[in-house]
Amino acid sequence: MKKTTATGTAAGTYKKFTFAAIKKDVKRNWTIYLMVLPVIILLILFAYLPMSGLVMAFQDYKPKLGFMKSPFVGFKHFRSFFRDPFFPRLVRNTLMISLWELLISFPLTIVFALLLNEVRSKGFKRTIQTVSYMPYFISMVVVSGMILDFCKSKGVLTQMVGLFTNNNQNILSIPSYWRPLYIGSGIWQGIGFGSIIYVAALAGIDQQLYEAAVIDGANRWKQTLHVTLPGISPTIVIMLILKIGSMMSVGYEKTILLYNPQIYETADIISSYVYRKGILDSNYGYSSAVSFFNSVINFALLFMANKLSKKLTDTSLF
Amino acid sequence: MRKHVSFPRLLFEIINTLIFIAVILACILPVWHVVCASFSDAGWVIGHSGLILRIKGFTFKGYQLVFQNKDLVTGYLNTFFYVITATTLGMLVTVMAAYALSRKDVLFGNSIMFFITFTMMFNGGMIAYYVIVTQGLHMFDSRWALILPVCFSAYNMIIVRTAMIGLPESLVESAKLDGAGEFRILFSIVLPLMKATIATVILYYVVAHWNSWFQASIFLRDRAKFPLQLVLKEILVTGDVSTTMTGTANVNTSSLSGDLILYRQTVKYCIIMVSTLPIFAFYPFVQKHFEAGVMIGAIKG
Repeated sequence: MKKTTATGTAAGTYKKFTFAAIKKDVKRNWTIYLMVLPVIILLILFAYLPMSGLVMAFQDYKPKLGFMKSPFVGFKHFRSFFRDPFFPRLVRNTLMISLWELLISFPLTIVFALLLNEVRSKGFKRTIQTVSYMPYFISMVVVSGMILDFCKSKGVLTQMVGLFTNNNQNILSIPSYWRPLYIGSGIWQGIGFGSIIYVAALAGIDQQLYEAAVIDGANRWKQTLHVTLPGISPTIVIMLILKIGSMMSVGYEKTILLYNPQIYETADIISSYVYRKGILDSNYGYSSAVSFFNSVINFALLFMANKLSKKLTDTSLF
Repeated sequence: MRKHVSFPRLLFEIINTLIFIAVILACILPVWHVVCASFSDAGWVIGHSGLILRIKGFTFKGYQLVFQNKDLVTGYLNTFFYVITATTLGMLVTVMAAYALSRKDVLFGNSIMFFITFTMMFNGGMIAYYVIVTQGLHMFDSRWALILPVCFSAYNMIIVRTAMIGLPESLVESAKLDGAGEFRILFSIVLPLMKATIATVILYYVVAHWNSWFQASIFLRDRAKFPLQLVLKEILVTGDVSTTMTGTANVNTSSLSGDLILYRQTVKYCIIMVSTLPIFAFYPFVQKHFEAGVMIGAIKG
């Protein structure tokens, strides 16, 4: 695979930000800067301005008063979040979903790619790919609609569970079924598409390595262990860093669409709580404090995972 | 390759094949259930439990009812508008930024790249975003709220940029010697050489916009502006068909409401079909490019 650094500088050219250099550069490259200008404006408006909106977390924000005039309250919202009776439950639910994904969905996707790599028939391989990518393109609303349908007392999932438990109660009303349902539907929707990146990495492994391994007397299992896995390990590590960096931000879309007060016990996560408090109850200051807490933890996790991986495996995101 | 296939290998291949047959079934059966149920007799569908694997009493009745729903038709048209506008605008700014940042002789290239990638790692969160867009930028209940904030994706820009870096440098240089301007080089030399990547990225944008509902649900109040997915959400997830549909469908047919009660389950399946079909019609054409697109996009190092 080609080596391109994240920033893609030409090697050897050391850039000096002197006044003369800037002047020369702007004169020569003004069209280039014109080309990125729209993106810069969009990001300032819709990414950086909202970041500055985080001052709300330290204010008793009132829409009428705006950021400038709303009274500052320091860490009041953070303190009340930590004292919130739901705080332990929200953190636990968020981490549990992430942990399940990390321990089940994440390795399963890699296994899927490895097994797919062993399929010898080209046609069969293509069929598997076409069919297994498909659920990824179904919208979350439709997937949720289908899940609701399958979880009704006459739905196929309820019937299947009923075979073992003799209980035909709607699955979405039983807290203990939420996590398996969330993870399972996530795997159904994402495993095929998620495996693409590993399939691509597998295709990039030098075939000579396999030939050398065969000469050394390695069987298929040994080849997988000593050639294939090391070959895709940078990809795995990068994906792992990204995964750890988003541990605290479990996607809220599916949760918001499917949960109900009966299963808040396991289903309510930080982001769905932020949604309820902020968007539905218009409690802006408090909810952005919760969301800020969440972002900071995420950023810290991403940084630590990246640092650790740099030390241990020499692979890093930045 | 090898002539002799050992027994453990053979066993592995049989098991592997069985696993993938199971995977294929698991992916297809739920969708097949929806297809069959949407064409079947409503009474039978309601009484049925478990997966529906065949069509019974073939009928288009459900689909007829779907197209009588005004909200759904408006939603469809709105979604087309949002998808086309946001994708066109998004693609334009994406390829321009990608081209600019693929150039190596730009002094602030790295700084701008960092400015963009930082937004992938840190953001102000849902509430700050909501407050800024609605109160700061006054986009509440505006169609722009579904276009401008979401039209650019840094991830897609990186995919395009990486593909551009892969092109030979001499290409741009010789065009420059011939006197071509940057825009000309981008649109008539660089882009035609990377149709596969462009097609993939267009698909990512289209799918994202087609399937998005959350933005609309927090920013829009006026039902006339609702995109398809938000209408779907009301029908499939929040409410039930009878209330949503009788409220807005033609009231002059009295038999309709009777049908609706009977058909409310079937109608849901028909709606799923009608809303998902356009994406599935589009996706096979682009599928073969996924691997290239995803690989270069996700692994930067």
